[in-house]
Amino acid sequence: MSNLIKGKKHDWETVIGLEIHAQVKSNSKLFSSSSTTFGSKPNSQVSLVDAAMPGMLPVINKYCIEQAIKTGIGLNAKINNYSIFDRKNYFYADLPQGYQISQYKHPIVGEGKVTIDFKDGSSKDIRIVRLHLEQDAGKSLHDQNPTKTYVDLNRSGVALMEIVSEPDIRNADEAGLYINKIRSILMYLDTCDGNMQEGSLRADVNISVRKPGDDYGTRCEIKNLNSIKFIKQAINYEVKRQIEVLEEGGVIEQNTLLFNTSTGKTRPMRSKEEAHDYRYFPDPDLLPLVIGQSEIENLKNEIPELPDDRKKRYINEYNLSNYDASVLTSDKSVSDFFDSVIKVDSRLKKSSKIVVNWITSELFSLLNENDLEINNSPITPENLGKLVKLIIDDVISGKIAKDVLLEMFKTKKDPDKIIEDKGLKQVTDTSLIETIVDDVIDENHKMVDQYLLGKDKLLGFFVGQAMKKSKGKANPKILNEILKEKLSKKN
Amino acid sequence: MEFKSISQLKSLLDENKISVKEIAETYIKKINENKDLNIFIYFNEDKIHDQVKETENLSNDNVLKGIPIAVKDLFCTKNMPTTAASKILENFKPTYESFVTQKLIDQGSIFVGKTNLDEFAMGSATNTSFFGNTINPLSKNNNPLAPGGSSGGSAAAVAADLCLGATGTDTGGSIRQPASFCGVVGIKPTYGLCSRWGIAAFASSLDQAGVFSKNVTDSSILLEVIAGHDQRDSTSSNVKIPSFSKNLNSDLRGKVIGIPKEYTVDGISDEINQVWEDAIKSLEKKGAKIKHISLPHTKYALPTYYIIAPAEASSNLARYDGVKYGYRAENPKSLDEMYELTRSEGFGKEVKRRILIGTYVLSAGYYDAYYLKAQKVRKLIANDFIEVFSDCDFILTPTAPSAAFSLNEKQDDPIKMYLNDVFTVPASLAGIPGISIPYGHDKEGLPLGIQLLGKHYNEQEIFNAAFALEKDYE
Repeated sequence: MSNLIKGKKHDWETVIGLEIHAQVKSNSKLFSSSSTTFGSKPNSQVSLVDAAMPGMLPVINKYCIEQAIKTGIGLNAKINNYSIFDRKNYFYADLPQGYQISQYKHPIVGEGKVTIDFKDGSSKDIRIVRLHLEQDAGKSLHDQNPTKTYVDLNRSGVALMEIVSEPDIRNADEAGLYINKIRSILMYLDTCDGNMQEGSLRADVNISVRKPGDDYGTRCEIKNLNSIKFIKQAINYEVKRQIEVLEEGGVIEQNTLLFNTSTGKTRPMRSKEEAHDYRYFPDPDLLPLVIGQSEIENLKNEIPELPDDRKKRYINEYNLSNYDASVLTSDKSVSDFFDSVIKVDSRLKKSSKIVVNWITSELFSLLNENDLEINNSPITPENLGKLVKLIIDDVISGKIAKDVLLEMFKTKKDPDKIIEDKGLKQVTDTSLIETIVDDVIDENHKMVDQYLLGKDKLLGFFVGQAMKKSKGKANPKILNEILKEKLSKKN
Repeated sequence: MEFKSISQLKSLLDENKISVKEIAETYIKKINENKDLNIFIYFNEDKIHDQVKETENLSNDNVLKGIPIAVKDLFCTKNMPTTAASKILENFKPTYESFVTQKLIDQGSIFVGKTNLDEFAMGSATNTSFFGNTINPLSKNNNPLAPGGSSGGSAAAVAADLCLGATGTDTGGSIRQPASFCGVVGIKPTYGLCSRWGIAAFASSLDQAGVFSKNVTDSSILLEVIAGHDQRDSTSSNVKIPSFSKNLNSDLRGKVIGIPKEYTVDGISDEINQVWEDAIKSLEKKGAKIKHISLPHTKYALPTYYIIAPAEASSNLARYDGVKYGYRAENPKSLDEMYELTRSEGFGKEVKRRILIGTYVLSAGYYDAYYLKAQKVRKLIANDFIEVFSDCDFILTPTAPSAAFSLNEKQDDPIKMYLNDVFTVPASLAGIPGISIPYGHDKEGLPLGIQLLGKHYNEQEIFNAAFALEKDYE
C-alpha cells in the first residue's frame, strides 16, 4: 500500500509520531492518597498535597509504579531499574505547585514496540521511544462565570503515563490502528480504563511531511485529542495544510496547534506558549526510583494474555484469519465474550467462524441499535453459545435463529426455552414433511406440470410454499430432498 | 524568675514546686516585657492559656510537659497562623500541624509563639522579614545588633529567656549562625533526621529542622523528641533515634578531632582564631587527639550553595501564586498580571533576588554550566567529608566569620551577607550534622560560637564533644 499523497507538484510522505497520555488505573493519585473517581463534585478529591499547601510533600504511590512497569512489559519495552522524577516548571491556575512532577531524562520505561494489523492481512511494527509517569493538572473552568475562572483540582495529581512513539506512523489510518492497539493493550493489562470520552486516554500528534527520501520536515504538534475520529480528521487536515504551504513555496513553522472539532481545522495555540522554558530539574522532594529486577520478574508473572498472544491463539486454535483475529482481540471484552461462548460446547470450536459472525454481526447490530456495550449485553455468552449450537445441530434454521436472538435480547431467556415455548423447533420428521409436500403438490397442479416440463426454477416456489405451511420450521435439507423425490415420481 | 534549663524546670514541675500555669505566666510576662526586640511574629496570650488547659493534666512522663517552646514561623501550626515572614502568607492559617511541632505537642510542650525569621528563611540577619528586624537581645549601648539568621527570632527567644527551647531550620547555616550570634546552643542534625513535612520549603535538598536551647543537654532532649521517620517525607531517614540525652558523655579519650586548614580564611578576627585555638586545646586536654585535615573543595561550597539553594527555591516558591491561598494582588487584568503583581508585591527583595538567580541557573542553555556543575561539586564536597571521617570522629571549626554585626551593616551588600555562611554551608551541602555552642567572647563581650561537625547520623558524637566543651564555661 502506498503511503504517498499526490500534491499538485509532486508526491509527499507524511511522518507522524504520537504522544499518548493514559491515565493510570489506580484508586489514588500519583503522589497523594486522594481518590481518582471521575465526575465527582469539584474539589472534593483534593488533599493538602494536591493543593500544594506550604510544606506538603509528594510520596510515590507504589501501585502506580507497578502499573507503569506492567504497561512497559505489555509494550515489549525495557524497564529501567533507575529512573528520576523531575519538575517541569510553569505557571497556570490549575497547576497548584507551579510545576508538574514528570520524568524527563530518566523515564521508568525505555524502548519498546507494538504491532498494528491491516485489513489485507499485513502488519507493521511501531516503535515506542519511552513511557514516563507524570502528574495531571487540574481543570480550569472558564464558562461558569462571565468574569471569573474556576479551578477544579480533582484531577490535579492523577497519575498519567505518557507513551511516546517513534515517527513510524505514515497516515491517519495507521495512527488510528496504533492508538487502538495501545488502548487495547492497556485495557488487557488493566492499567488504564481506556475511556477516551472521559479523557483517560488522550493524544498529542506530531506531524510533518516530506518528499520521499528527504529528511524529516518541520513538525507541528496537535495537542490533546480525545477521540480516534478527531485524531484522523486532525491529521488529514494538517497534512493537507502543510502540503499546501510547502507547495506554495512557504515554510512550516514549528508550532503547537489546537484542533477545532466543530470546524475540523487546526490553529496555533497562543504564541506565549512557544516561549516556555520548563527548567526541568530532578525533584529534590523525591528520591530516585530504583526498581529491582526481581520486582520486574514478579510483575511479569502477573501479566495476563495480551492481544497479540490471544490473536495467535485464535489463529492456531480456531483457524481465524489474522484480520478477524485482530478485530476480535482488539477489544478485550469482545474477545472475552467470544472465549466464553466457545467454551459452552466443545463442538463450537470447529464452528468458530459462525460464532464470530453471530457476535460481530448479529449481536453487535442489536447492541448498537440499543446503544449498549458488550459488557451490558442482555444475551449472555452461555445463551449465545447454546443458540449457535442449535444452529449447527440443525435444531433451528439460521433464519429462525435471528428471531430467537431478538427474543433472547428482549427477555434474556434461554434459547432452548424460547424455541420450546414458541414451538420453533425445526421439523425433521420426514412423514410430517411428506404430508406437507403432498399437500403442496396437490394444491399446485399447474405449477407441477410446468416444473415437469423443465421449469426447474419452480422448485424454489414449492420450497417456499412448503416452508410457509411448516411455519418456517421444516428442515430445508430434508424438505428439498422429499420435494425432489416426490416431484420426480409424478413424471 | 529565670530557669536555667529544660531539665531544671522539668524537675521543679515533677516535684510540684511550680505548675504549668505558673510557668506559662512567667514566660508571658517576659515576652510582654521584651516586645521591642520584635522576636515574635505571632504571640497570643489566650492561645498559651488554651495550651495550659490541655497540658496541665497530662502525665509528667511527657518529657516536655509545660516547657515553653518558641516555634520558627516556617513550621505550619494548626492553632497559630504561619507566615514564613512573608507578606504572601500574611494571615495564612494552616489546617495541619508540621511533623516536628506535632512531636513537641505530643510531649506536652507549650508553644509561646511563632518567631521571626528571614522571609522564607532566606537571609543571615533576620532582616528580610516582612514583619521587620529582630534585635539581638545581647545588643548594647544603642547599637542594635543582628541576631543572625534565618532562625534569628528563635535564637533570640532563647537568648532573651523568652522560652527554654526553640525550633529552627537550617538550609545553609540558619540554625548554627544565629546560635553563634546569640550565644546559645543550636544543632542542625543530619539531613533527613527530622521530617520536613509541614515546613514551608526553601531548598528541599538542604532544609533540615533543628533546635535551639540554653545548653547541650536540652538540645539533646529536644532533638530526641523531634527526630524520627515520617512516611509523608520521602527524604526522611528510617534510622533508630538514640537517646541522645541519656548517652551524653564528656569523655573524649581516644577521639580524633579534625581541624580543616581550609577554614582559616582571610579577614577573620584574631579573636575567632583564638577561640578556635582555645577549643582545640581544651579538647586535647580532655583526651582527644588533634588531626590536621584538608577538605579541598571547601572554597567552592559557597558558590555551589548559592546555585543549588536558589534553584530549588525558585521552584518551591512557585506555589505562592495568589490562586489558592495567601496574598493576591487586587484587580489584575489577566492571569499573567495576577501572577506578576501578586508575586512582586507579595515577596520581598531578597526572596525575589533568589528566585531570579534560581530561575536563571535552571534555564535552558545555563543548566549545565550552573545547576548541573553545582551538583557535581556538591558531590565532591560531600566526598571530602566522607574521606576525612574515615580517620577522624568529628571536625571542629568556628561557626561564623564574625560575632553579631550591627543591624545596619551589610544590608545593601548581598555578597557580604552570603559570606556569613562560609563555615556552615559545606556541612549543609554534605548533609552532615553540625552543632554550634557558645565558646568565649570577642572584646566587646559578644559571644562567639564554635562548630562541631559529625558523620551522617552521628549526632551523639558531636553532642558529646559539645557537652565536654560546654563544661569549660560552667
